[in-house]
Amino acid sequence: MRKFAAEKSNNLLAHRKICAVSLQHPTASVFSSQSHQNPLPQSSILLRFLSSAASNPSAPSESMASDYSSTPIKIDSINPKVLECEYAVRGEIVNLAQKLQEDLKVNPDSHPFNEIIYCNIGNPQSLGQQPITFFREVLALCDHPAILDKGETQGIFSADSIERAFQILDQIPGRATGAYSHSQGIKGLRDTICSGIEARDGFPADPNDIFLTDGASPAVHMMMQLLIRSENDGILCPIPQYPLYSASIALHGGSLVPYYLDEATGWGLEVSDVKKQLEAARSKGIDVRALVVINPGNPTGQVLAESNQQQIVDFCKNEGLVLLADEVYQENIYVPDKQFHSFKKVARSMGYGEKDISLVSFQSVSKGYYGECGKRGGYMEVTGFAPEIREQMYKLASVNLCSNISGQILASLVMSPPKVGDESYESYTAEREGILSSLARRAKTLEDALNSLEGVTCNRAEGAMYLFPRISLPNKAIEAAKSVKTAPDAFYARRLLNATGVVVVPGSGFGQVPGTWHFRCTILPQEDRIPAIVSRLTDFHKAFMDEYRD
Amino acid sequence: MSKSLDYENLNENVKKCQYAVRGELYLRASELQKEGKKIIFTNVGNPHALGQKPLTFPRQVVALCQAPFLLDDPNVGLLFPADAITKAKHYLSLTSGGLGAYSDSRGLPGVRKEVAEFIERRDGYPSDPELIFLTDGASKGVMQILQSIIRGAHDGILVPVPQYPLYSATISLLGGSLVPYYLEETANWGLDIGSLRQSVAQARSQGITVRAMVIINPGNPTGQCLSEANLKEILNFCYQNNVVLLGDEVYQQNIYQDERPFISSRKVLMDMGPPISKAVELVSFHTVSKGYWGECGQRGGYFEMTNISPKTVEEIYKVASISLSPNVPAQIFMGLMMNPPKPGDISYDQFNRESKGILESLRKRAHIMTDGFNSCRNVVCNFTEGAMYSFPQIRLPPKAIEAAKSAGKVPDVFYCLKLLEATGISTVPGSGFGQKEGYGFPSANHHLACGGGHARDHGQFQEIQRQIHGAVRGLPRVLENVRGEVVKQKKASAAVYCWDFYVTCCKNFITNYC
Repeated sequence: MRKFAAEKSNNLLAHRKICAVSLQHPTASVFSSQSHQNPLPQSSILLRFLSSAASNPSAPSESMASDYSSTPIKIDSINPKVLECEYAVRGEIVNLAQKLQEDLKVNPDSHPFNEIIYCNIGNPQSLGQQPITFFREVLALCDHPAILDKGETQGIFSADSIERAFQILDQIPGRATGAYSHSQGIKGLRDTICSGIEARDGFPADPNDIFLTDGASPAVHMMMQLLIRSENDGILCPIPQYPLYSASIALHGGSLVPYYLDEATGWGLEVSDVKKQLEAARSKGIDVRALVVINPGNPTGQVLAESNQQQIVDFCKNEGLVLLADEVYQENIYVPDKQFHSFKKVARSMGYGEKDISLVSFQSVSKGYYGECGKRGGYMEVTGFAPEIREQMYKLASVNLCSNISGQILASLVMSPPKVGDESYESYTAEREGILSSLARRAKTLEDALNSLEGVTCNRAEGAMYLFPRISLPNKAIEAAKSVKTAPDAFYARRLLNATGVVVVPGSGFGQVPGTWHFRCTILPQEDRIPAIVSRLTDFHKAFMDEYRD
Repeated sequence: MSKSLDYENLNENVKKCQYAVRGELYLRASELQKEGKKIIFTNVGNPHALGQKPLTFPRQVVALCQAPFLLDDPNVGLLFPADAITKAKHYLSLTSGGLGAYSDSRGLPGVRKEVAEFIERRDGYPSDPELIFLTDGASKGVMQILQSIIRGAHDGILVPVPQYPLYSATISLLGGSLVPYYLEETANWGLDIGSLRQSVAQARSQGITVRAMVIINPGNPTGQCLSEANLKEILNFCYQNNVVLLGDEVYQQNIYQDERPFISSRKVLMDMGPPISKAVELVSFHTVSKGYWGECGQRGGYFEMTNISPKTVEEIYKVASISLSPNVPAQIFMGLMMNPPKPGDISYDQFNRESKGILESLRKRAHIMTDGFNSCRNVVCNFTEGAMYSFPQIRLPPKAIEAAKSAGKVPDVFYCLKLLEATGISTVPGSGFGQKEGYGFPSANHHLACGGGHARDHGQFQEIQRQIHGAVRGLPRVLENVRGEVVKQKKASAAVYCWDFYVTCCKNFITNYC
C-alpha cells in the first residue's frame, strides 16, 4: 500500500526567515565595492538573510564571553569585502518579527494577530508546501539502498520509484551515494539532465557542460570568482535584482553596473537602456564582463518575451559579454500568454552555436513546483567557453570536491520527472498541477488585492514566486520615516508587520528607481490563508493612509 | 568580437590556485578509466567509493526524513527499526518544513545544540551552539573562515607542509599568502616550534602579517596525531604571536594506535586556563566525510568558534547567509554522528558492530600499508597513527630524476604517473602537498600519498602481505601467483590490488631507473 504525504504543518513557523537588506545607493550608476577607506561604504549591498527565532547571534552566552581586546581578528581587520557586502536593515525587520513571535508565545493576545506570516523568502516547504512524492521516494531509496531488494519495499514504494532508484544507483560508481563524486557531478546524472534540457529546448546539451552545485548560489559565486579580477571589472545587473548578485559581486571585489527594469512596461528590459549603462560604465574605466538576466524575474516576476531575449543575446554577442542567465524559476509560469524560453534555446534558434556566445544558465531544485530548498541542489550549463577556461572552472569546482549527492540526484529528477505510462505519472501530475495552479491563483488574488489599495500599483506575477508592488507613500509618511531614520519602504514594512504579523521585504533591499518605493511579498503562504492576509493587508493599508494622507 | 572570458583575462587568483588531489594525476586516471582500465583511486579519502558500506542506522533515519509519508504507513516497521523511526521524527521536528526547506543559515538550531553537547562530552567544557555553524562539508567552512581573514597578499596563513591542498588552493583563490611551516618527518611528522618561529620571522621580514595558523590533527596527508604537549606549544605560540588557530580535526575518529589518542585543540586550550584560554582565537572543523562514517557524498560539516569576537561572528553569519543554508540531509547526518545509538537502543548492537568493524579494518590497513611501504627498497614511511593516508618517502635515483626532468615533470609527479600507467593506482604526488627539498640525501626526497584501500576481505591480508614481502625481495613469480589468485577469487579488495600493483610497479621502476 502506497501512502501519500500526510498533511504536516509541524511548526512551520518555528523559524523566522527574512530578507534583509540594505539598498544601494540608487542614483549611482556604478557601484564599486571597493570603498575601503570609507568606513560606511555608500555602496552597501543587500543580501538575503536567514535567521532563527531560537537564536540571537549577537549575544554569545556568558560562559563564552571574553575580553576581545587582545585577539588578533578585530572587526576592522577582517576582509573589507566581507564587511562591504552589507546588510544594514537586516536586524530591523527580522529582529522585530522574532520579537513579535516570542511575544505571541508568551501571550497569544499580545498583538492584533495570532501568528507571523512569512512572505519574505522563497522557501515554500517552510510554509507547508508538500514535496513531490515520487522525488522523495527515489531519494529515500537512494539514501538507504539496502531496502531495495526487500519484498516489503514494493508494498510501500511505487514501482517506478524503485526502478528509478536502481537506475540512478547503477550510474554511481560502486552505488556509493556516500562517496565524493566527480567534481562536476555524477556523469550519469549529468546525462539525464542533458536529456531533460534537450527535451525542453529542442537542442542537444553536453554533459561536459554541466556543473552540478549545492544550489544555484555556489554556481553564481563560481562565475563571479572567475570573472572578477578587481573593482575595475563590472557585472551588469538588473535593478531591482535578487541580492545574491550584489552580495557576490561585493564579496569578490567587483563593481555592480545596474540597469533598470521598466516598471511601466511590466518590468521590461530595454536593451537600449542596458547599452547606455554599459557605455557609461566603460567611460569610467570599468571593464564590463557579464550581463545578469533573471528570467522569470526575482523580485519582479516578469517573464521575458522571446523577441526581447533575442535582443539580449545579440547585445551580449556584440558587446563581448558573458550572459549569466538565472533561470531558476523556469517552471514557475502563471499566465497563459507567457512561456519560458531558455536563453540557450533562443541563442541556438538564432543560429548561434557554441563558439558564438558565452552563456551560463543556472537552475535549482529550490524553486519550480518542487521547491526543495533544503536539498541544495542545482546546476549550471556553461556553453561557449574555451577548453582552458573550462579547465579553470573544473579546478574551482574540485577545490570543494563535489556537491551533495542527494541534491545531485534531485537535480536529475526534476529534469526527468515521471512520464506518461509510469505508475507515478498521475499522482506526480496531480501534485505538480495542484501546486502550480494554486500558486497562480494566489498570485492573482494578491495582485488584485494590492491593486485595489489606494496608491498601490502592482504588476502581475507572470512567473517566479513574488509580487513587487509599488507604493506611492504620502509625504507625511516619508517625513515620518525620515524622522526615525528609516527608508520609507522599510518604515511601511515595519508598520505592516506590527499591525498584521505579515513579513515582507522593503524594495530598498532589491534596488529601485530613486524616489519610488516597493516591497516584495511572496505568493507562498498556503491558499487557505490568503484571504486573511488580504484582509489584514487591506485594513492596515487603509489605516496607514488615513494616518498619513497629505 | 573577443570573448569576455579569455584565459588571459581570467581572475589571476583562479589561475594561480592549484588543487593537487584532483589535478593532473586524477585527470589522467579518469582518462584511463574511460579507456576501460581498472583504476584504484587512493587519491582522495573517499571510503565509500572503495567499497566501505555506509553505517545502516543513519541511512535509515535520513531515508525516513526524505520520505516522511512513510512514517504514517502501517508497514513502515517492516523495513525500519523503531528507533530509526523515533529519530526521524525527532529530526523532522527540528526543521521547519522537513528536508525541503532552507534552514537557518548556520544550520538547524536543534542540531547545533547536539553538536555542542557532543563537544562538551568530548572535552569536558561547555560549548555554545550559537558559535557552531553547520556547513556543506568542512571545506566550505574553511573557505568561509579564510575569506573573513584574508584581506590581501600581505595577509599570511601558516600552513603545515606537507598540507592538505585545500588550504593552499583556498589561500591562493582569496589572494592571500601561504606561509609554510615544515613538519619533521624524522620526528614522526611532529611540529617543531623552532622551525615555526623561523617561518614567521621570515614571513614578517617580507612584510607579511601572519594572521592565522592551520593545524591538521590527525594529519593529512601525514597521518600523525599531535601530542598534548605539542598542542600546548602551538597554543602558546598563537597566544604570543596573536594568530588565529584553525584546527582541522576532521580525522578525530580515525585513530589507529593507543599511545596517542586524539585531543581537541579546544580541550587543551581550556585546560591551559586564563589568560590563554580567554585569548586564543580558535576555529575547529569537523565533518561527516571522515571517521568510520565516511559519508563524503553528503557534504556535511561544522565549525566551532572559540574566543572570536561577536561582531566577527556576525560577519561570518552574514557571509554564510548569502548561500542561504547548508543542505539539510547532511545536517541530520551530523546530528546523528554527534548523537549515535546508545546502549539499550534497538540499533545499538548493529551500529556498534559496523563502526568497530570499519575502524579495526582501517587500523589493520594502516599497519599493512606502512609495513608494505617500508619493505620496499628506497621507500620509508612513518606509521599512519590516524587519518586515512600513508605518505611514504621515495628516494628517487638520479636517473629517475633526470628522466622526469627531460619529460618536463616534477620527479614525484613523474613517478606517480608511471605508477598509474603501470598499475592503475591513482595516488597524489607529494609535491601537491608540499615537501622539503632534499635533506640528508644526495637526491631530492619525494612522496606520494595513498589513501587506505578499503578491503572487504580481511582474511587474505596476512597471506598477501607475506607474499608481497617476498615479491619485494625479488620474487616476481610469487607476485604473479598472488595476482592470479586475486583475479581468480574476484573477491579481492581494492587494498590487495593496490598492494599487488604497487609492488610490481616499484620493482619495475627500480629495474628501469636504478
